[in-house]
Amino acid sequence: MSAVDLDLEGEPPLRATLRRMRHHKGIVFGGVVVVIFMLLAVFAPLLTPYDYATQNIANRMVPPVWAGGNWTHPFGTDHLGRDYLARLLYGTRISVIVGVGASTIGCCIGVTLGLAAGYWGGRVDRFVSFLLACQLAMPTILLAMALVFIIGPSTLVVICVVGVLHWNLFLVVTRAATMRVREMEFVQASRALGASPMPIITHDVLPNVTSHIIVIYTFEFGKAILAEATLSFLGVGVPAPAPSWGLMIAEGRNALFFQPWLVIIPGAALFLLVIAVNLMGDGLRDVTAPEARQ
Amino acid sequence: MLEYILRRCGLALSVGFTISLVAFLLLNFATDPAVTMAGEEATTEEIERLRALYGFDRPLYLQYYNWLVSFFRGDFGESVHWRLPVAELVARHFPVTLLLAGMSLTVTILVAIPLGVLAAMNPNTLIDRIALSIAVAAQAIPNFWLGMMAILLLAVTWPIFPVSGNNTIWHFILPAFVLGLSSVPAIMRLTRTGLLEVMGTDYIRAARAKGYRGGALLFRHAMRNALLPVVSVLAVQFGEKLGGAIVTETVFAINGIGRLAVQSVLIGDVPVVQSLLFLFAMFFVFANLLADLLNAWLDPRIRLA
Repeated sequence: MSAVDLDLEGEPPLRATLRRMRHHKGIVFGGVVVVIFMLLAVFAPLLTPYDYATQNIANRMVPPVWAGGNWTHPFGTDHLGRDYLARLLYGTRISVIVGVGASTIGCCIGVTLGLAAGYWGGRVDRFVSFLLACQLAMPTILLAMALVFIIGPSTLVVICVVGVLHWNLFLVVTRAATMRVREMEFVQASRALGASPMPIITHDVLPNVTSHIIVIYTFEFGKAILAEATLSFLGVGVPAPAPSWGLMIAEGRNALFFQPWLVIIPGAALFLLVIAVNLMGDGLRDVTAPEARQ
Repeated sequence: MLEYILRRCGLALSVGFTISLVAFLLLNFATDPAVTMAGEEATTEEIERLRALYGFDRPLYLQYYNWLVSFFRGDFGESVHWRLPVAELVARHFPVTLLLAGMSLTVTILVAIPLGVLAAMNPNTLIDRIALSIAVAAQAIPNFWLGMMAILLLAVTWPIFPVSGNNTIWHFILPAFVLGLSSVPAIMRLTRTGLLEVMGTDYIRAARAKGYRGGALLFRHAMRNALLPVVSVLAVQFGEKLGGAIVTETVFAINGIGRLAVQSVLIGDVPVVQSLLFLFAMFFVFANLLADLLNAWLDPRIRLA
């Protein structure tokens, strides 16, 4: 392509994508909210003088500042007198770490299987499709509960279990994209020139399916956060006294009628974070792979 | 058509078989059922006696074979905690969950399809944007939290519905709404895209040219084709409701199979967890198979392809 062509086409594709991202309301809103949560997670110790696990029985069930509380504990305290803002802030870390960890594991499994199935097709594809059918039929929550219970609850176990059970979307999307890219002329050319499968997959196919993978990664990130919260809520997730938002909701459940903020606050945080992540995912799909939009 | 049915049934069977193997091996490797059964104060001899009595000392493949055979005879083993046959426990709890799943699917249909149709008939308007926003919100809301918020608002602040339990049909309305809402985004988006696609086809243009308008055009011509994919996804969602019931039943203290599952996991009742894992999976496989066959029956393009 000559320089004249480039001028006629205007800006390079990467910059065009970034410009579209800046003008997409969902990406901007979602991105800002996600970045704020990330900052809260990183700087939690600087934002609150309290520890998330220190109990103060004399000071339990203090309401938040808007419900008649005081500014010493802006979000109040829980049934053990622990500062609720501190728990919420440190809880952000758990959600973000589980989200990143679990979706990365799911991504590795799903993308590897998807590349293999899409590139080789035939018997490999049939085997992978069978694995997919089995995974889809697995009762995810029940299996995750059983696994966490067997191995013993910890944050790392939750990350692994959620990751291992959430790879189907990565697989489906990578497989379809790989099948399309595989038939393109430049890939055919590489093969005709004698390139072996691995370099073709890593150099030709993978870069061309990355945008699809990023979109799925975003959605799975949100799903993993919800899955962790659900498991912790059911009592087979992150163990106490860690401030998982799901666990906070479970602990506040007994006080739902008289101290509803104990349930409302962590749930609202969870909702806000996941909706921001999903809006980002929707937006990224709009700007990078609009044809994948349903 | 026959070949298609056979192929689908074959796949369903092999998936079911694989999952039974996973359910069996997982819990057999992870825990020693004889130790769990004997309780904490049992002596080694007592444990060994139990092991021999229940056949836990036999080779694993033989145990698996026996487990699978008795499973299909309707003998799911005995619960360690409740000291009851698992089949009896399942029979006692399953109707409750089935009612909840059926009602929540009704909620999904009543909310998602009209919303999807409204959005597709008014694309890129305020109505469309509201419908899509509902879908985005419903996708991000933690189901157990939504349940508690529903209790707080509609059972405590305005005591319209009972807080928890499953004594009357009235008790099922809030949980059915909460569980049903989780499927709304998928069904609503599918209805919307399906209908938008169909409305752009030649046969709809032809019907328009013949003078069909509004309801007649929508119901007699467009919806039939637009709802084809929705039917199969609905069947799949029905299968997924069992998994969703685990959370909803816990929040609303409904004594169904989901709550039984949670309790069994928390007390480590291996035979119950094993059977439920397999049963849940078989339920899903069956719902999926039904969806495929239903779709093939409705749409000749699938069965002939």
